[in-house]
Amino acid sequence: MTKVTLEVNGKKVSKEVPDHTLLSVFLRDNLNLTGTHVGCDTSQCGACVVHVNGKSIKSCSTLATDVEGSKVTTIEGLAKNGKLHPMQAAFKKTHGLQCGYCTPGMVMSAVDLLQTKKNPSDQEIREWLEGNICRCTGYQNIVAAVKEAATKM
Amino acid sequence: MASLVGSRVERKEDTRFLQGKGRYTADINIANQTYAVFVRSPHARAKIKSVDTSKALKSSGVVGVLTGKEIAEDKIGGLIAGWAIRSEDGSEMKVPANPPLAKDIANFVGEPVAVVFAETLDEAKEGAEKVKVDYKVLKAVVDPAEAMKSDAIHDGVDKNLCYDWLLGDRKAVDEAFAKADKIIKVDLINNRLVPNAMEPRACVVDYNTASEEITLYTTSQNPHLSRLVMSAFGGVAPENKLRVVAPDVGGGFGSKINVYNEEIVCSWASKKIERPIKWVAERTESFLTDTHGRDHVTHAELAVTNDGKFLGFKNETIANLGAYARVFGTVTPTYLFGPCATGVYVIPAAYSNVKAVYTNTAPVDAYRGAGRPEATYTIERLVEKAALELGMDKTEIRMKNFPTQFPFKQTLVHTVDSGDYVAGLEKAKQMADYSGFEARRKQSEANGKLRGIGVSSYFEACGIAPSAAVMSLGCGVGLWESAEVRFNPTGQISVFTGAHSHGQSHDTTFAQIAADELGVPMENIDVVHGDTDKGTFGMGTYGSRSLTVGGIAIVNACKKIVAKGKRVAAKMLEVNEDEIEFKDGEFVALKSNKKKTIGEVAFACYLPGQRDEMKSPIPEGDEPGLIESSFFDPANFSFPAGSHICEVEIDPDTGNVKVEKYTAVDDFGRIVNPMIVEGQVHGGIAQGIGQALHENTQYDETGQLMTASYMDYTMPRADNFPEFNLGFTCTHATSNPLGVKGCGEAGAIASPPTVMNAVIDALGGQEISMPATAEKVWKACKTMKKSNAKAA
Repeated sequence: MTKVTLEVNGKKVSKEVPDHTLLSVFLRDNLNLTGTHVGCDTSQCGACVVHVNGKSIKSCSTLATDVEGSKVTTIEGLAKNGKLHPMQAAFKKTHGLQCGYCTPGMVMSAVDLLQTKKNPSDQEIREWLEGNICRCTGYQNIVAAVKEAATKM
Repeated sequence: MASLVGSRVERKEDTRFLQGKGRYTADINIANQTYAVFVRSPHARAKIKSVDTSKALKSSGVVGVLTGKEIAEDKIGGLIAGWAIRSEDGSEMKVPANPPLAKDIANFVGEPVAVVFAETLDEAKEGAEKVKVDYKVLKAVVDPAEAMKSDAIHDGVDKNLCYDWLLGDRKAVDEAFAKADKIIKVDLINNRLVPNAMEPRACVVDYNTASEEITLYTTSQNPHLSRLVMSAFGGVAPENKLRVVAPDVGGGFGSKINVYNEEIVCSWASKKIERPIKWVAERTESFLTDTHGRDHVTHAELAVTNDGKFLGFKNETIANLGAYARVFGTVTPTYLFGPCATGVYVIPAAYSNVKAVYTNTAPVDAYRGAGRPEATYTIERLVEKAALELGMDKTEIRMKNFPTQFPFKQTLVHTVDSGDYVAGLEKAKQMADYSGFEARRKQSEANGKLRGIGVSSYFEACGIAPSAAVMSLGCGVGLWESAEVRFNPTGQISVFTGAHSHGQSHDTTFAQIAADELGVPMENIDVVHGDTDKGTFGMGTYGSRSLTVGGIAIVNACKKIVAKGKRVAAKMLEVNEDEIEFKDGEFVALKSNKKKTIGEVAFACYLPGQRDEMKSPIPEGDEPGLIESSFFDPANFSFPAGSHICEVEIDPDTGNVKVEKYTAVDDFGRIVNPMIVEGQVHGGIAQGIGQALHENTQYDETGQLMTASYMDYTMPRADNFPEFNLGFTCTHATSNPLGVKGCGEAGAIASPPTVMNAVIDALGGQEISMPATAEKVWKACKTMKKSNAKAA
């Protein structure tokens, strides 16, 4: 067992967990932040993407102990004061989600893209999102959402 | 008031999904829960000689271990095939028992043999490692084409044949073929796919020892059907003691129609160990045990005249059912496939013959389109080949054989009520700049690339399934849908539907429909689904049926509300009922122009007294309250149709296929929410392109699944697609009052042949099978080079 201390969505949390606890498990089971989803266990699908110190990572293949002391943002921490983040609002406006399962990871990944590059082209968006699988949308409206958000962020 | 039906209304459900507030099954935890891990057969076919649970039972944290022996002793029934299919010789289909936990024999890799419950997931995994199963490995039957010559997997199922089914008239087809100028032939493999909903299957079971009620939270497309099957066939609990909740479900695509072993086992076991149980599939478990899709081997022929008229069609298909026949397993390759195999064409003589076989692979069932993608692939490959062999334009040959009169009575089963196939293809040609293709081909050629164009015209039978129609086919089950519209006293409305949304946006579209019918803002309406304790019985969501069947039940229930509202308003306004008009949420007395809003009427229905007045507004013969329900069973299927055109460019040096342009023109009848419909089409096309170019489920000769993770099974990603170009035509369905046809499966039905026709066109007519991977295409390019060199 190891004590893991993180700042998650602006709040300091500290939990004693088995050493092999994945960050996704820590968030879901220990903090009840179930917005972070697990879709594949092999870091392929990206449903588990969260931000660690502002950068997107796949929480299903990161040990909680490895990010000790970090600032973690999950999908639950994106909206501020009851107002959707521009990326969330853009996904809603362009119908960038259907079943909603891949959505948290997709949104977190897309936010990092726009932090990295302000006005990405369609091709750049599609390539960035290669690590996030969506089975519902055919990606078209997700690309549209990222472009829409780029005008607002 | 502007109509909401037809508007691009943003989705109600998005606010929760976008903030991580969705509530999926794996998000649910129950105090004192145990964790289940299943022990699964590592062999495709093996006798189970013994199962030793003694070490597992002593393992740290293990609460219980159960095997096929205990579940058999408790007489818990197994999984079922939902539809009865008869063979051509009149014999009944052969369906082997499919116990929830294998007791004597395991028939596919991943079939559950035992289950371990423990205090933590880690302890359950460790316990499962300690269950010792002694297997006698038998030779597995894997190839569907070989299955009829192999050992029988199941006792009493000779040649591994479930049925040998015929639809149509062999003699008439022979006569038509005798008159033909040319016979076009294709041999096709419709590749096996794994549906791959992004949310892995899961279940959480809570047994209440006081009320003896089991609550099962599960990833289901049809919770009421799950309850029915588990109760009636599984004997897990009486229906009134079994509550099935399918909360937010992360995609289904057909794979979550079935009741699965794990749901039955955990529900039964929860009562046995008197503890709540949680089970969540890992992705590889999903690959191994979710029902798969497609997997046909087809030989088909089309008899044509020299000027391109179709005379006759025949289709001989072997359908792989996998190890067991599941709910839609037997109907998918027959009634959902055979009647659609003549496509959108007038073909005077036709038959479809399907032999469904068992193999030692995961069960095959409905996957987006279910039977209709296989049918469309068959006919559209034939038609495209006919155009090539006759030297005709691909669109001209289609136009020539389209019906122009509707209703269109097809040769096999369906009477298509409405459509305009010519308009659809014309529009697609124009949007795709069909006439400009040759210039683009030359440009690609100049760049050292091969460019091809493919067309496909499709129709599908949706709104699964009108009872009268399917009962007449001998299917034994019809599928209506129910709705209840409940006005609360203060005017908010709950709309209960038996359909289930796992991405389809029912919270929004159904609210749009009800808001229009009742003349209230859609914010006042909550759509409730997915809980057997809340709504009336319902059949669930699949077969593009939610709107065409379930949506109409809502419309009809709303109409009953308005009818009762009129009677009540008439009494309140002291006029005759026929003097009341209902418009924009108000009941208006035509002569006096006095009015009551529907909210006021609802309030009066619940509190039927008025201040200072003893008179009740409830008319004689009516009861208080404002709740109405409806069961809608359509008179016919609905028939969406359309034409898609795709252009691909192949790099002959790498074999890489790039989808350059994709145009889809669809006729879904009236469209309730264009934004949502476009999303459904995008997703369907992407899955179809996945089938055509990327996805394949590969078993080795011993029955091991070689593609059991996202490292091995190619899921399409964002950069595999261009932007799809969508257009619509509209002819209303006549079998329902909204004129809607359904849109969920169209993309996945039309796109595989469209893409493959384009690939084969680029390869100069050289046929290759799906998926057209870079390796296959590169090889084909080399063959092409050689034959071109020879010709030169």
